[in-house]
Amino acid sequence: MTAQTHVPSAPAPVPAAPKSLQGTGREPWRPRVFRYSLQAALALAMIVLATLVIDTAIDGAPQLDSSFLSNAGSFNPDKAGIGPAIWGTLWIIGVATVLIVPLGVASAIYLEEYADESKWWNRMIEVNIQNLAAVPSIVYGILGLAFLVRGPLSLGPVVLAGGLTLGLLVLPVVIISARESIRAVPAAIREGALALGATKWQTIWRQVLPASVPGIATGVILALSRAIGETAPLIVVGAAAFATTNPDGLDSRFTALPIQIFNWISQPQAEFKLLAAGGILVLLAILLVMNSAAIYLRNRFQQKW
Amino acid sequence: MPSITKGGSPAGSPGTSSRLVSGKSRKGEHVIQWLLGAAALVSVGTTVLILFALLRETVAFFGDVPIKEFFGTEWAPLFSDPTYGVFPLITGTLLVTVIALIVAVPLGLAAAIYLSEYASHRVRQTIKPILELLAGVPTVVFGYFALTFVTPKILQALGLEVQIFNALSAGLVMGFMVLPTIASLAEDAMSAVPASLREGAYGLGANRMQVAVRVVAPAALSGIVAGIVLGVSRAIGETMIVLVAAGQVPNFTLNPTASVETLTTFIAATAKGDIPVGSIKYETIFVVAMLLFVMTFIANMISIRFVRKFRQAY
Repeated sequence: MTAQTHVPSAPAPVPAAPKSLQGTGREPWRPRVFRYSLQAALALAMIVLATLVIDTAIDGAPQLDSSFLSNAGSFNPDKAGIGPAIWGTLWIIGVATVLIVPLGVASAIYLEEYADESKWWNRMIEVNIQNLAAVPSIVYGILGLAFLVRGPLSLGPVVLAGGLTLGLLVLPVVIISARESIRAVPAAIREGALALGATKWQTIWRQVLPASVPGIATGVILALSRAIGETAPLIVVGAAAFATTNPDGLDSRFTALPIQIFNWISQPQAEFKLLAAGGILVLLAILLVMNSAAIYLRNRFQQKW
Repeated sequence: MPSITKGGSPAGSPGTSSRLVSGKSRKGEHVIQWLLGAAALVSVGTTVLILFALLRETVAFFGDVPIKEFFGTEWAPLFSDPTYGVFPLITGTLLVTVIALIVAVPLGLAAAIYLSEYASHRVRQTIKPILELLAGVPTVVFGYFALTFVTPKILQALGLEVQIFNALSAGLVMGFMVLPTIASLAEDAMSAVPASLREGAYGLGANRMQVAVRVVAPAALSGIVAGIVLGVSRAIGETMIVLVAAGQVPNFTLNPTASVETLTTFIAATAKGDIPVGSIKYETIFVVAMLLFVMTFIANMISIRFVRKFRQAY
């Protein structure tokens, strides 16, 4: 009848509760082993994450100084740095942002506020976006190669091509998260605006959108933090493995932080592997800041209706 | 009231809404709606362009290489006497994917069960962001970890005879990349299982493990399947971990200690150079990408279908 002693434990949030309720202290061995293995699995995942960060920090921290952050790539490991790579990343992320914010928000508004779910084309758009979110990133590189770098636009491997490729890559992520925050605005807000005589668009523009801005901003930041770490599509698009100058326009060639890291990892000399670790630390630091900003936005401004 | 909301749809009822707003503003509203719809069509356009590019070069490729040769077992497209048998790339991809799943499925499901059935609210609030961090690590970083830590300091230290670039290390690390995908979808589905099912089981005398394994997990099966299949898709499509840590040798082997080349590795390694458009090398990238796209597309569609199933069920 151990089972009965478990009944009250179900709603109890604290894991210690079932033990005290059992009294005799005989939690059968199988549930106990099961619980321990679940905890062990989670612990393992965290240990791996911690090991990754610590191991990289040990190799990478000594690399971090002001010359590493500002110097250009070099064949001499002592002089090599990530200056142009950081600027390249900023440029392409800027281009991607300009693309995804209007397109992502507009698509989300259409799908949430206008699209009639019973029409096949609207369902198709929806499934298509879900699929695009899971298309391998390298395939977007192929898209950029075929239409932006070569083919009809023939931009070459420049900032604009890299930024647009990354923008298209994370667009589905932005649409999906923007839809969720638009959906979270209660229908009463819309009905109130309509009842006061606002048109549908006035309702969306003045009531629904302002209410969902924090959620949308969170989604955009998370999408951009994914774009920053993407390497494979930029390799295919033809980002320079090696850059000595900062990009100075949409039509200038570029390298990016993850590309620079990949380039250093591929070098046989151990010194370059250490440089890669330094670059990884900078990349992880940027991502941590962005993710914290997203979480802060979500917690600080998200309205509870 | 409903007539106003309906007025926005393309085939809506202009008669009712024209009574409520001025004709001029209604026209503007129509334009806005079309613009928004056009923005949504951009994502459809993306898919169409991807398919168009892949199909065009694939057709060109099969104009030069017989289909029978493509399904051969020797991949040497860059040799002076090239052969285009794609199976070594497929086995390489599947080998790494299977290793990744052996890690990710049990760990991901364990994480999901713990988070949804055992963890207190506070524990959940701490663990979920950590899993999100794991999901946010750029894959080139995982590749670095596999190459400079897992291979020399774990696999070789354990006495395994692995090559510097090997499928095992890439697959193990990829498992941790895929883990959050499986955990998060499975946890969503388990959390959606109504409390009454659990209460019923407890009432019949089940303990927490029995409830988790025999009631919640089966009830959330479609979400679990969706997570695993999406994990397969992510593993097949992952580039950087394998490019950095698994090597670029198209071995036709299922030996995890050997170096292998995957579909994605071939694309990235070959596209790195400046390849002339229309050359067979250029077409080869696209035909391999087509194969990759088809494999992940099938997985994605299965996953989307299963997600819809559990959303409908509860």
